Amino acid sequence: MEKVLMKGNEALAEAAMRAGCKCFFGYPITPQTEISAYLAKNMAKRGGVFLQAESEVAAINMVLGAASAGVRAMTSSSSPGISLKSEGVSYIAASDLPCVIVNVQRGGPGLGGIQPSQSDYFQATKALGHGDFQMIVYVPASVQETIDMTYLAFNMADKFRTPVMILSDGLLGQMMEPVVFPTVDVQIPDKPWACCGHENKRSHNIINSLYLQPDILEKSVNERYERYEIIKQTCPMAESDFCEDAEIVVAAFGASARVAKSAVNAARAKGIKAGLFRPQTLVPFPVEQLNKACEKAKVVLSVEMNKGQMVEDLRLALNCRLPVEFFGRHGGIIPSVREVLGQIEQIHERIK
Amino acid sequence: MEFGQKRVILLTGDYGCGKTNLAVNLAILLAEKGKVSVVDMDTVNPYFRTADFGETLTKRGINVVFPQYANTNLDIPVLNFDLESVISESDFTIIDIGGSDAGAYPAGRYESLLKSLGEQLEMLYLFNMYRLCERSADEIVKTLREIESACRLKCTGLVNNSNLGAETTRETVAASGEFAEEVAEKTGLPIRFTCVTENEKPDETHLPIKRLVTLPWETEREI
Repeated sequence: MEKVLMKGNEALAEAAMRAGCKCFFGYPITPQTEISAYLAKNMAKRGGVFLQAESEVAAINMVLGAASAGVRAMTSSSSPGISLKSEGVSYIAASDLPCVIVNVQRGGPGLGGIQPSQSDYFQATKALGHGDFQMIVYVPASVQETIDMTYLAFNMADKFRTPVMILSDGLLGQMMEPVVFPTVDVQIPDKPWACCGHENKRSHNIINSLYLQPDILEKSVNERYERYEIIKQTCPMAESDFCEDAEIVVAAFGASARVAKSAVNAARAKGIKAGLFRPQTLVPFPVEQLNKACEKAKVVLSVEMNKGQMVEDLRLALNCRLPVEFFGRHGGIIPSVREVLGQIEQIHERIK
Repeated sequence: MEFGQKRVILLTGDYGCGKTNLAVNLAILLAEKGKVSVVDMDTVNPYFRTADFGETLTKRGINVVFPQYANTNLDIPVLNFDLESVISESDFTIIDIGGSDAGAYPAGRYESLLKSLGEQLEMLYLFNMYRLCERSADEIVKTLREIESACRLKCTGLVNNSNLGAETTRETVAASGEFAEEVAEKTGLPIRFTCVTENEKPDETHLPIKRLVTLPWETEREI
């Protein structure tokens, strides 16, 4: 197990290939660039396909096509590009197809900016596309975790026949950290539903998202929601630090969780009982883990690089039994450790 | 490691090999010997660039030159500075170009100016054995040639910048010795120096450098 130094984006691309991704379709955008660039350079050498599509809409529909044939497929983009893919994501979910979608978030709304952001939380968790569907959302907070979650994303996508999102951000994508690639034997499950040629040995498969009969459409959505229930039971992931006796629980995901962690450490050094709760999955939201982390909490502080989006899921998961406050920066600005520590200290003064 | 013989140092290499960190370290080092300009010619990389150090370096009397739109929300590769006057007005100029051949193209615009410097120009190629894209000497030779052809200039020396970021130790660097020799042999270029951690002693072949390109949550430190 050798250590190498990698950028978040290139680590994700390398992990995808190692996890058996054979098709990548994308359209250029900052700050996800290195994912596409890395795959453009290496995918063909490893027996896969890299294709720069004519648009994001085309790219996501190429993913739909490749996934229909049973191939592990991925697309990546950054915020505005993800919006363009939303129709295709809904079609993929409705067709029960596994795939991985990567969003290396930048500032929004609109064309926004190219600096890091977490302002696509609502989009990723509530409605990346029309219709009744859900999608597993992983949020890594380090380059190593980006790698580990890429493997996991492909596995869960196949297991539950659902699109899975890796919600990264510009900072995680661009920063470099030493990492180790796991030595795992990638097992891709059989896909008897795939349209990969029946050779007159079985009846033909159909991948479709159009239902002419309302009752059949309702039945198909209900079946999907039964699967979502299993996902909700088995897939939530979260990390807690110093939460056993924490009166102030700082909740943060992705890059802002790294800032929050440093702030919590600094608060502890000052004798403040602060802890960190970091969801690793946003869908399903780690409700049980959060409630456990907040057993001694008096206040929860959500730190995000947006105007306050996860704060709503926190309140819901806690059933509003605790005050959930918010601190965030946006527009591409990363909250500083000093700022977050200041917030923790203010809360500490109020509750002591 | 003795510096000060070359007036212009052009730093090249694959992206992520540590050009920016070395550029800032060299600027600080050379500022003890004369007037230094550091030029951020990176039109590829949106974050973690020399322009980030503008304020800190300016305070030390170092002239920091960077593209108009660096660190803004505009992804526009405009180089709106006059490199010739920058070089002529400085005792030392350090040019930090973008990674790989894509990042090296803009330097080609200054081909005749840089070639006219003759022996005054040192074009260094940095490599890091711990980067997955730089794991073999052959791979490094290939990237080096691509960069040379993109900027139409020839590298004059190598820098062994093998490191594992915050986890770099003396052993990390020492383990790259054999690899570095292979790179030198295959490229036919001399290793000018090996970057070592800041607490090491400098000698003829080792340059201690500080890890200045850090992450926002790491302890703030003085340059």
